[in-house]
Amino acid sequence: MNKPTPAAVPAAFSRDIKTIVNAGLQRRHAAERRFRSYGLIAISLGLLFVVLMFANIIGKGYPAFWQTYVQVPISFDPAVIDPQGTRDPVAIESADYAALVRAGMRRMFPTVEGRTELRALYALVSSDATYELQRRIHQNPALIGSSQEIWLLASATVDTLVKGNIDRALDETERPIKDNQIGWVDKLQAAGKIEKQFNTILFSSGDSREPEQAGIRGALMGSFYTLLITFLLSFPIGVATAVYLEEFAPKNRWTDLIEVNINNLAAVPSIVFGLLGLAVFINFFDLPRSAPLVGGLVLSLMTLPVIIIAGRAALTSVPPSIREAALGMGASKLQMVGHHVLPLAMPGMLTGAIIGMARALGESAPLLMIGMVAFIVDVPKGIMDPATVLPVQIYLWSDLPERAFVERTSAAIMVLLAFMVLMNGLAIILRKRFERRW
Amino acid sequence: MSTTTIEIKTALDATLHSDTDADKRSSVEVTDYNNRQTVGKITVDHPKMVCRNVNVYYGAKQALKNVGIDIGINEVIAFIGPSGCGKSTFLRCLNRMNDTIVACRVAGQIKLDEDDIYDKSIDVVQLRARIGMVFQKPNPFPKSIYENVAYGPRIHGMVNTKAELDELVRASLERAGLLKEVEKRMNEPGTSLSGGQQQRLCIARAVAVNPEVILMDEPCSALDPIATAKIEELIDELRENYTIVIVTHSMQQAARVSQRTAYFHLGDLIEVGETDQIFTNPKHKLTEDYITGRFG
Ligand SMILES: Nc1ncnc2c1ncn2[C@@H]1O[C@H](COP(=O)(O)OP(=O)(O)OP(=O)(O)O)[C@@H](O)[C@H]1O
Ligand SMILES: [Mg+2]
Repeated sequence: MNKPTPAAVPAAFSRDIKTIVNAGLQRRHAAERRFRSYGLIAISLGLLFVVLMFANIIGKGYPAFWQTYVQVPISFDPAVIDPQGTRDPVAIESADYAALVRAGMRRMFPTVEGRTELRALYALVSSDATYELQRRIHQNPALIGSSQEIWLLASATVDTLVKGNIDRALDETERPIKDNQIGWVDKLQAAGKIEKQFNTILFSSGDSREPEQAGIRGALMGSFYTLLITFLLSFPIGVATAVYLEEFAPKNRWTDLIEVNINNLAAVPSIVFGLLGLAVFINFFDLPRSAPLVGGLVLSLMTLPVIIIAGRAALTSVPPSIREAALGMGASKLQMVGHHVLPLAMPGMLTGAIIGMARALGESAPLLMIGMVAFIVDVPKGIMDPATVLPVQIYLWSDLPERAFVERTSAAIMVLLAFMVLMNGLAIILRKRFERRW
Repeated sequence: MSTTTIEIKTALDATLHSDTDADKRSSVEVTDYNNRQTVGKITVDHPKMVCRNVNVYYGAKQALKNVGIDIGINEVIAFIGPSGCGKSTFLRCLNRMNDTIVACRVAGQIKLDEDDIYDKSIDVVQLRARIGMVFQKPNPFPKSIYENVAYGPRIHGMVNTKAELDELVRASLERAGLLKEVEKRMNEPGTSLSGGQQQRLCIARAVAVNPEVILMDEPCSALDPIATAKIEELIDELRENYTIVIVTHSMQQAARVSQRTAYFHLGDLIEVGETDQIFTNPKHKLTEDYITGRFG
């Protein structure tokens, strides 16, 4: 056999590799060091901004978790609550509890006289105080006739003053609280009759015009129902679509077109989905405005492409050897997918879904379009009730000038961020938990 | 891939042009390089599978040309040949695993007993239950050892009770020579086994559905000599109950485990014969070159 003539030895082969490499070594290491320091700088900058943001939000928002209460001596006068003495619940319900509150305030400051003065005094407690007394009597009618020291919700201005957010040096006309009111609050404080308690109202009530009575429960429930609809719709449809496209669909021009469209949909600005929802679900299908059902439908449209793309990525990452093993055993295609591929892809799919849901949770623009921006006091009880969502609530509150609302805006942001972190944490846990070696 | 092909071609050209060299070592009957007709006897007395005129294309590229061969009942037949010659392709035709490759097209006739396996009336699910497969890289499911073996019987509905299934799993592991090693750890993941054990688990998994034919594509290429020896021993035992087709790169292995051997070269089935005869007295020059280590 003829041996092929060997190629000429390249000149580079005759040089000493050691000296060549050593000559360039320093340059290589320097480049590496430079690259690392760039990375460190970038990360530190990023961290700095995150810390700044959190410090700002938490600094502003944490006082909102505490609310000022005033202890008022209330006598549940039967002559006011139940003049007829019938103990008829309906009559008791509609009694003049405001009079009880006013009497209690006068009892603490007997010297105050005159209409304006008295009105200023009564303004120290929130209008919620009246309902508080009503609630107590409703729960325990035996209170009628007794006298009690009761912690009543202070008005938002008093709360702001107590939290030190009102400049006492300002002229009386320039601040929301008058000199005489400041004097009373100081006296109450000295007597230990003013106290800050954990703000349960923030978590138990819906929106309100009175900042001290405004809570995020309505928005939270709205977000919950909206996301529930979003998840129930987008997860099964998204997973089914991903499985079909990845495992069953023939690879032709149509599926290519669909794929391109899905990728493009994922990049469509969310407000466009809002307009679509307005046109289709509300104007055409006549679904109610402001309803979590419509919000969920709109957010599903937005989340679907994300879930499909994540799902397909998760499916392709399942090694082909597992598919071959299943098919080689005589499993049908559906069995192969159902028994082996899908379980292995599930963590990735769930991660994608949760990240999509976290995005949907933070979305406000498309929901503005479908009327979820209305002022709604009642906590929604279902998917058809008018509702708003957490980010929209934040947007609404951020528009209001009262200091107490500024505080609540930040508090609501904190709650929203907490849920985001929770959801992303869940995604990480799921991934770690179900990740399998193969 | 393409480099291998080119190397082979150069080697071939080189040989073709040096007549003196070639003449020295070849006897008269040996078929010339240019002849791509299969030499040797492709038929057997009791065939399990009969393949005729099998042509396989990947898109426009033809990977197998006019392959015809019988596979006998309860025999071990080895497919050998240089890399890229189409051994795996042919093996995957036998249980229609090529169906999963979109570009792949198979023409010709392959029969399992009396059924044409590419006939419309034949369902691949049924076919693959009858023809099991063991892959080059051990690929147990990421499930427990027990579940791995129980999977086939489960999906095909072979057993009715848990006790029956237990028995079947144990018997299959026994046949794959793995029972002793895993008896105590049936619920551990199949992937926690060693490479050789994993491959025997895959054999047990294939055996569990009681197939008629078992296809093995280089089952030992990822294993050390001891694990390889175990599997070779196993193949010899399995022959009693099954027909086995094995693709291998090791000629020693082919010589040790098989009764018949088929040599493939660049998409052609060059030579078929008794293993002894192929390795001691090949009838085609290409076969001779390959087994004497001239290339491949
Ligand atoms: N999925 C595929 N698509 C296109 N061509 C393929 C595909 N699979 C194999 N081929 C081609 O078909 C030819 C035969 O490949 P095959 O895998 O059957 O070779 P082989 O004999 O098994 O080689 P090896 O010993 O390296 O495994 C090769 O030229 C290969 O490039
Ligand atoms: Mg191969």
